[in-house]
Amino acid sequence: MDIHEYQAKELLSRYEIDIPRGGLAYSPEQAAYRAREIGGDRWVVKAQIHSGARGKAGGIKLCSSDHEIVEAADSMLGRTLVTHQTGPQGKLVSRLYIEEAMDIAREIYLGFVLDRKSERIMIVASSSGGMEIEEIAEAEPDSIIRATVDPGVGMQDFQAREIAFGLGIDNALIGRATQTLLGCYRAFVDYDASMLEINPLVVTRRGDLVALDAKMSFDENALFRRPHISEMRDKSQEDPRETYASDRGLSYVGLDGNIGCIINGAGLAMATMDMIKIAGGEPANFLDIGGGASPDRVAKSFRAVLHDRQVETILVNIFAGINRCDWVAEGVIKALREVGVPVPLVVRLSGTNMEEGRRILAESGENIIVAETLAEAADKAVAAWRSFTAGKAA
Amino acid sequence: MSILLDKNTRVIVQGFTGKIGSFHAEDMKRYGTNVVGGVTPGKGGQTHLGMPVFNTVKGAVQETGADASIIFVPPPFAADSIMEAADAGIRLCVCITDGIPSQDMIRVKRYMRRYRFEDRMTLIGPNCAGMITPAEAMMGIMPGSIYLPGRIGIVGRSGTLGYEAASQMKALGIGVSTSVGIGGDPVNGSSFKDMLELFEQDPDTDAVLMIGEIGGPQEAEAALWARDNMKKPLIAYIAGLSAPKGRRMGHAGAIISAFGESAQEKVEILKSAGVTIVPTPSSFGETVAEVLSAMTKAA
Repeated sequence: MDIHEYQAKELLSRYEIDIPRGGLAYSPEQAAYRAREIGGDRWVVKAQIHSGARGKAGGIKLCSSDHEIVEAADSMLGRTLVTHQTGPQGKLVSRLYIEEAMDIAREIYLGFVLDRKSERIMIVASSSGGMEIEEIAEAEPDSIIRATVDPGVGMQDFQAREIAFGLGIDNALIGRATQTLLGCYRAFVDYDASMLEINPLVVTRRGDLVALDAKMSFDENALFRRPHISEMRDKSQEDPRETYASDRGLSYVGLDGNIGCIINGAGLAMATMDMIKIAGGEPANFLDIGGGASPDRVAKSFRAVLHDRQVETILVNIFAGINRCDWVAEGVIKALREVGVPVPLVVRLSGTNMEEGRRILAESGENIIVAETLAEAADKAVAAWRSFTAGKAA
Repeated sequence: MSILLDKNTRVIVQGFTGKIGSFHAEDMKRYGTNVVGGVTPGKGGQTHLGMPVFNTVKGAVQETGADASIIFVPPPFAADSIMEAADAGIRLCVCITDGIPSQDMIRVKRYMRRYRFEDRMTLIGPNCAGMITPAEAMMGIMPGSIYLPGRIGIVGRSGTLGYEAASQMKALGIGVSTSVGIGGDPVNGSSFKDMLELFEQDPDTDAVLMIGEIGGPQEAEAALWARDNMKKPLIAYIAGLSAPKGRRMGHAGAIISAFGESAQEKVEILKSAGVTIVPTPSSFGETVAEVLSAMTKAA
């Protein structure tokens, strides 16, 4: 789960990390008022969306008067910003963060991630801040410092010092840099983060060390014990199809194709989507119905898939282990009768109670295309989708 | 006949008296697994499904001589249960639980290293379907009937995709020595490489099918290990050809976040290590059959 920049900064400031003075605004007037509160004579108006690279998309503007702030705020609020991280549909700007502008002497990159190879939290730092880490890895690979933390004892002072000296930070700021690094580590652990990035961490001309931007993501499996983080969820930043599905407890990822998928198990779901692609179609979504797919849950899945107006065919592929095919078949019939499925439907059932499930489908009198194997299911789904779109065009 | 699990393995169930634990304890027993009891703190001394219940794993090990444990404990408490098993001297632990926080798993892995390698518990999962040695024993939630006993090892992240592979093989008369689901989490107990090492040493396994997916370094690590150390043929499939970068596909670990983690990149790494690739998820059976017939011809 992602949060906004201002939320991440607020969290980090509790861990002795310096952030610029700032305030949230929901209207141009409020933005100007915030700037007055903050004081000074130069401010930055920043669109709050769940994406980096906002500057290039017009989401960050430097202002030096009330008038400029109102104008900048007006140009951002209610607009959909498209960056290379948001995808073509972009993200809606509904709140702004107004900050005092900093006099920057140098920029540093600082990131904390879960490293799957060492199975530890890894710190990634570079003296070439301001660029994205992928760009740094390409342009200045030697500038990158990495260190992992032993989870038994946590991050040690010497590790933070080594990184700070490695970044070429002045002696006078080593203490602050060490505190900043240790603070990030503690915040990462305390809130079950999966990613924390300060880019850039800046040294100001006044000689302060300040987090100019901050990004945090959290482990969704740990949200049960982080209610404070759950509260920060901003559904306006999510794909509405995914919000609809996740509110109903379904594991769903929206994609760009037209063949809706209802599958049990993440691996089989990915493989079925691959098979659709190989057969010449494009999947509209990933959906794992999970274990214990009751008729009610199957019906819910149909609603979630059909919530996407792009869907022109549905493929159900269930390999029942804990699930039972007869149950899934009942769910399919229930969905057809209660939800209404205005597109072709291909169903492949395999595993526990397979014959019973197929019999229920066959005897229902409903218009269901049945397949026995994965390849057949994908081929039939793509063929059904082609004739459906051809029929619509005619 | 197998790796890690056979009909003599003495299995306890952690989270024994819960709905899911009870259902699968009976199912495993029906398959032939030597289930000897279970653990539910606070219910020690009771009898459940005709078997003894213990308060602690240590107590269960002392009384039943259990050497393996399967965990059906909810995610907030599952990491604690794994560490309890490790400390009680359990040799093999399968954790089915989906949804354990990553930092809990980091702590579990660190904790397990306090034991010498020879004494260290083998952890399978979490977030997996478990493992099965067909016709002998099952520690998991899979439908036992789709596995034919035989001489191919299977190791995969996903449960249902593993079922798909096993049933395609069964349709062609190809059986399985042991099938292991290592789970879909970013930090997991045993890696692909760990399982390949065991299959390579197993006299009753002739070849291994590895079913990987997007995200993480484990498939590439396994491929390089196999290139340098494995004499038996390795066959592999990677799921997630159509998965976009940066999106989590169901499994907590199925996300392309770094170079080399996409399905296409992993397939290239595997190919260059000499691994036979299953081209589509509908050709598990025929690809394994081709490799087997090439082996017979060579012999």
